[in-house]
Amino acid sequence: MSEHELDARNLLCPLPVIRTQDAIRQLQPGDRLRVHCTDPGALHDIPTWCRIHGHGVGDIVQQGRDITITVEVAAGES
Amino acid sequence: MTDKRKAVALISGGLDSMLAAKVMLEQGIHVEGINFFTGFCVEGHTHAIRRQDAAKPKRNNALWVAEQLGIKLHIVDVIEEYKDVVLNPRHGYGAHLNPCLDCKIFMVGKALEWIDAHGFDFIITGEVIGQRPMSQRKDTMPVVARESGAEDRLLRPLCAQNLPPTLPEREGWIDRGQLYGFSGRSRKPQMALAAQFGFTEYAQPAGGCCFLTDEQYAVKLTDLWAARGERRYELDDIMLLKVGRHLRPRPNFKLIIGREEGENHFLEGYRKQFVHLHAVDFEGPLALVDGQADAADLELAARLVCRYGKGRDAEQVRVRITDLQGDSRIVAVTPLSPADVPQAWYV
Repeated sequence: MSEHELDARNLLCPLPVIRTQDAIRQLQPGDRLRVHCTDPGALHDIPTWCRIHGHGVGDIVQQGRDITITVEVAAGES
Repeated sequence: MTDKRKAVALISGGLDSMLAAKVMLEQGIHVEGINFFTGFCVEGHTHAIRRQDAAKPKRNNALWVAEQLGIKLHIVDVIEEYKDVVLNPRHGYGAHLNPCLDCKIFMVGKALEWIDAHGFDFIITGEVIGQRPMSQRKDTMPVVARESGAEDRLLRPLCAQNLPPTLPEREGWIDRGQLYGFSGRSRKPQMALAAQFGFTEYAQPAGGCCFLTDEQYAVKLTDLWAARGERRYELDDIMLLKVGRHLRPRPNFKLIIGREEGENHFLEGYRKQFVHLHAVDFEGPLALVDGQADAADLELAARLVCRYGKGRDAEQVRVRITDLQGDSRIVAVTPLSPADVPQAWYV
């Protein structure tokens, strides 16, 4: 299991989702990806994308305009 | 026992594609969704940026639809490839800069590439004959099937009974008798089917989903091309056309002026790419300078920026101008009055 970071700040949805989707394709089951973004739409869209693809959603931290969403990569999903 | 047949559904986030996918699920087909991001998609970007819209729901409707249907959704970035569709549409534009028929051909073609790469059997869309004046007509349906290369692997479940049988129908993967024969602009059949499936919430039917169909947006894009002397764009260009007031006081430069706090924050993300201005002593907008502006132009820009800030009635306002190297200087200017801003400057 390894930890990864993705900078999706100043991108508007669905780009943070697309970047998350592309990043997860390169990761292994059990890896964790922290996505940093600023579009409030990501608060809905990234967890939704994770749910429909079977990935886990960990901490969601919002500080001012900065949002960090932790994705837990599941096995056999894309 | 044969494997379950698999279809990819073009999911826009609207009702028709939601229904088309549901009709296939009801017939036992494995369905996954695909959604293409062109950069022109209307997906609440304005709401996401503007602070005054903070209370409005911000969700990607395609993702929401996929979750309601219980299917996966693959969002594909086609920004670069899509430029040729916008710039060189073989079938021309609609009312504005919307290349709807070429767009549909392109998207079905991309879906075809996807199903071939992922071992899927066919493609479904929510198209309905007569629903849209350019891309959803009886005579253009075969054009989309043929020019995309999908041919009879393209099925439109909502109007299939008005069209020749496709491969999935002929092969008996699905029952043509359980498809539909919708046509025309009426939304009543779709709403009735939505009610039958128990869909009580869905995105506004028949709403525009592409900025290229928007008259004001098309005017701004045309202005951008005219100012550059060539028809090209990058993603940042087309995103910035969605934000702020755009004023072109001189042919050689345009100002993009934030209209409120959220837009100012968004424009801040572009400070390293543009000369920018903002008032020092009064609250006011951030403005980006797009183009080549000399000292006189920047003074005019400063006066214009002040006109939209709280110092608009002051005798003099100090404005900070920051260049592309990050070096800044302050000029003191008299704000323009509303009468000094010709309507022709507004793009």
